[in-house]
Amino acid sequence: MKFKGKAWVYGDNVDTDVIIPARYLNTSDEAELAKHCMEDIDENFIKKIKPGDMIVAGYNFGSGSSREHAPIAIKASGISCVIAKSFARIFYRNSFNMGLPIFESVEAAEDIKDTDEIEIDADSGIIKNLTTNKEYKSTPIPEFMQELIASNGLFGYAKKLLDK
Amino acid sequence: MGMSISQKILSAKSRQDSVSPGDIVLADVDLAFANDITAPISIDFVKKLGVDVFDKGKVALIPDHFTPNKDISSANQCKIMRDFVRDGDLPNYWESGEVGIEHALLPEQGYIKPGMLIVGADSHTCTHGALGAFATGMGSTDVGFAFATGKSWFKVPESIKFVYTGRRNKWVGGKDLILYTIGKIGVAGALYKSMEFAGDTIKELPMEDRLTMCNMAIEAGGKNGIIEPDEITFEYLKERGVGEGDYTAYKSDPDAYYSKIIEIDVEDIEPQVAFPHLPENAKGLSEIKEDIKIDQAFIGSCTNGRIGDLRIAASVLKNNKVAKYVRLIIIPATVDVYKQALKEGLFDIFMEAGAVISTPTCGPCLGGYMGILADGEVGISTSNRNFVGRMGSKSSALYLSSPAVAAASAVAGKIISPDEVVK
Ligand code: SF4
Repeated sequence: MKFKGKAWVYGDNVDTDVIIPARYLNTSDEAELAKHCMEDIDENFIKKIKPGDMIVAGYNFGSGSSREHAPIAIKASGISCVIAKSFARIFYRNSFNMGLPIFESVEAAEDIKDTDEIEIDADSGIIKNLTTNKEYKSTPIPEFMQELIASNGLFGYAKKLLDK
Repeated sequence: MGMSISQKILSAKSRQDSVSPGDIVLADVDLAFANDITAPISIDFVKKLGVDVFDKGKVALIPDHFTPNKDISSANQCKIMRDFVRDGDLPNYWESGEVGIEHALLPEQGYIKPGMLIVGADSHTCTHGALGAFATGMGSTDVGFAFATGKSWFKVPESIKFVYTGRRNKWVGGKDLILYTIGKIGVAGALYKSMEFAGDTIKELPMEDRLTMCNMAIEAGGKNGIIEPDEITFEYLKERGVGEGDYTAYKSDPDAYYSKIIEIDVEDIEPQVAFPHLPENAKGLSEIKEDIKIDQAFIGSCTNGRIGDLRIAASVLKNNKVAKYVRLIIIPATVDVYKQALKEGLFDIFMEAGAVISTPTCGPCLGGYMGILADGEVGISTSNRNFVGRMGSKSSALYLSSPAVAAASAVAGKIISPDEVVK
């Protein structure tokens, strides 16, 4: 699986409250959540991104509450994946469950600039910066989680498992 | 290299000879549960799949947070749960009048056994590691997945071993040991890790105190807390009709890998108080120089609402009165605890002292109801979290302690040692 798009860069500790503010949690409608994705950290986020683009961030991305709405909002916004120096534990889990691919790479997150063109090979975990021609290695996504993503998250995976 | 107890359980449940930290496994769960706040989303997951729960006996639904229902929306949440239980004819469900706080109720009723793999849609599911099970909290969707498939995925954690030695000082219990530990390593000190509690002190620690310690593993960022089963565990299980043939008691290998081994001399530990607004802000009583006046004391929760906790509180409150303008709220964690306390005459002591006693519920622990703090008020609580606004107003302040210190503080109207009020 490959992802290609522009990078949108943020700092450390992007928490679930800025990813999707609590005032929008009275719905779990994906399209509705997507409209407000990253609103409190970047007002123009939803206007500027194109399907396939990536969020690039620092340490502890997705910290805070266990709301599953956060990865849902990101995924539904059209963002293909998130690259960060590290992820908060429950966000990490929720992301795979919701089918949002995430990549851990300190190098890439430090180096990539806003709007750089990025290509990621999910199988090898290689992140290519097409703008600067640099390459970074991310912690590879374990096979099991690749399967989760390919199944479009835990729900699709459950279906497969139960059909067996 | 050998395996830790956590690794052993994860490898057995994923049918592998061994697993290493970082491995991801799909494992069979022995018990999956959710509460009135988290269950509706898990139930939705199962319903959308159009299946029944994987095994009726291995699913539990526990309406404990806002019951008896505090308002219409909480009543509706409970109704979703109750309808699901009724339609599926699920045995492990408790109505108000039988229900208790999930993490107190399940071990007390013999549902938790050594070697089990347990997932709960509640972060304090780590409590159950006290019986030598691998238990961890997850989101509702994860638990919905477990309800439907009987499985859950795990990244095998590294383990940190905490070795406690020495005799406990007077008034020092499991709560003080864990607050002290979190104070030492911080709220992210065990992020992603398994916290294994060991050492001579733990070998002599009563089960209730062990439950209190494992309960707060999540407060150090831990994935689970766990204690090797021993005679105390087996005795606790026997009292609940669980025989030795009913479980597998795993032990860590002598050459198991630990990312850290932390040794703690228990003789250094005095009763602890965690200052606002993080559990890691723990101080020993003698380090508190200022007068901290309180408006409310709460004794209860999944951390310290068991019978032993109430007995200690009663020993402090006997022949004492709660200070003027202070509220003391006592909530037994389960119906059995409630009945036992009543039978032992503890309620008489509490009521003589001027405390109010509620039916089992989470109540004020999460700022739900039954004792919310007003703007600027100060509370002391035997629960596990003192985040901003956890028990009510954003401008309130919450201190965490053992039942002994909370009871003494209610009497003095300020945070104080039990020695100062016990007559
Ligand atoms: S008592 Fe408090 S911490 Fe325990 S389950 Fe209830 S709300 Fe959560």
